[in-house]
Amino acid sequence: MPDDDSPGSAGEARSEELGDPLVELVDVNKHFGELHVLQDINLTVRRGEVLVVIGPSGSGKSTLCRAINRLETIDTGEIRIDGEALPEEGRALARLRSDVGMVFQAFNLFAHKTILENVTLGPTKVRREKSKAAKERALGLLDRVGVKNQAGKMPAQLSGGQQQRVAIARALAMQPKVMLFDEPTSALDPEMINEVLDVMVALAKEGMTMIVVTHEMGFARKAANRVVFMSDGQIVEEAHPEEFFTAPRSERAKDFLSKILTH
Amino acid sequence: MGDYLSQISTLFSEYDVLGAFWVNIQLTFWAAILSLILGTFLALMRISPIPSLRWAGTTYVNLVRNTPLTVIMTFMVLAVWTQLQISLADNFEQNFFRLAVVGLTVYHAAFVCESIRSGVNTVPLGQAEAARAIGLSFVPAARLVILPQAFRGAVAPLGNTLIALLKNSTVAAAASVTNETSSLMRNMIEFNSSEIYSIFFIFAIGYVILVIPIGLLTTSLSNRLAVRR
Ligand SMILES: Nc1ncnc2c1ncn2[C@@H]1O[C@H](COP(=O)(O)OP(=O)(O)O)[C@@H](O)[C@H]1O
Ligand SMILES: [Mg+2]
Repeated sequence: MPDDDSPGSAGEARSEELGDPLVELVDVNKHFGELHVLQDINLTVRRGEVLVVIGPSGSGKSTLCRAINRLETIDTGEIRIDGEALPEEGRALARLRSDVGMVFQAFNLFAHKTILENVTLGPTKVRREKSKAAKERALGLLDRVGVKNQAGKMPAQLSGGQQQRVAIARALAMQPKVMLFDEPTSALDPEMINEVLDVMVALAKEGMTMIVVTHEMGFARKAANRVVFMSDGQIVEEAHPEEFFTAPRSERAKDFLSKILTH
Repeated sequence: MGDYLSQISTLFSEYDVLGAFWVNIQLTFWAAILSLILGTFLALMRISPIPSLRWAGTTYVNLVRNTPLTVIMTFMVLAVWTQLQISLADNFEQNFFRLAVVGLTVYHAAFVCESIRSGVNTVPLGQAEAARAIGLSFVPAARLVILPQAFRGAVAPLGNTLIALLKNSTVAAAASVTNETSSLMRNMIEFNSSEIYSIFFIFAIGYVILVIPIGLLTTSLSNRLAVRR
């Protein structure tokens, strides 16, 4: 059972529709001083795939996410987005970043701008869209994540769940090829987690390529094609969500799951 | 008491006290605007991702902040004007005025830079990361996201720098600006030494009247503009 890639699981069914490689990490290594935080990471995410990254705190999940849009540099190896190596600096890097949407644990909405301005800033300043068109599109996105009626408010006036949905709309406004989520619900009060996860599930259903760091098993089961388990800077295990949660193969994954499941 | 009042009114009629204060206000006005611009550039250099720019910004601040203002002002006249023969205006008086503005700017830009940097420190790192993540490169991210928030967090220290600048504008005397308050005060004491208390009183009160509103204004602005997080 454990090593058997049982056909017919949800992940398997979806993975047949997956496209070409969109995000590729090849032999990626990174140190923070002495700490070897990413160790020989090899990972390919295909177009349309939803990948969940799970693992204990400090295992390097955030660093992995941040390396993919170069908020962190890497020491060795290569990261490619849609076949293109991550540029070092400057305009090319900025352009590539705008193709990679990022949603942070702490939302990080621009505190001095309204909700609507948060969503239009990228399209108008990076993509040079006309402000009227950008505004219309932004309102559409805010509607889609259910916060259109908050468009004129400042971020601090919104609940955490609303802020995170705005952050998703802000990332989507750039029409990214892939979306990165770094523990998008772990700073939220429990009653707000689902409103954010629902938006993410809908996004997954629409075919968005997503890399999601989360411990939300419900989301992983519902939306993910694949789960990657990280520990101490390494990818220890990759599996379909159902298999990973019911029959983890590695000792470290078993140990980790027993800790998050007993609560 | 009546004695002092009549002394003060005579002094006002004999000397152009208000005119002298006006000179300091003008020195302060121009130096404030220019040092805000220069200081903002220096702050940008100090937070930039380019090491050589960071180094240049830091060096400027450390060098200038540790040089007495009098030395800078004297330098403006003796080195820039007398030696290098750089003149900023054909009119003699205008020339010294402008040299003094430049000297004040050079000096206070270092303090403006540090005020803005303290404002930048009130902006959470996540704001810059979110800006970079939507594809803004350093300069647009600074202009659209970091600096607007940093300025709001820097109102109080910038106000203090402005107050210091106003008072320091009296050092323009060292740059041969002879019609400003400290020069006038020295003049008045020389010719009316018996009225020294009234003379001190005039200038002390004059600066208090100018400084207090700046303090009140910056405190209220600082509260009103604070970014809610
Ligand atoms: N900027 C940094 N400087 C030094 N160490 C860091 C930095 N960021 C993260 N680390 C360390 O790297 C390890 C991995 O961190 P992170 O990727 O945030 O883990 P996770 O997201 O899985 O909890 C941790 O031990 C953390 O303390
Ligand atoms: Mg993390």
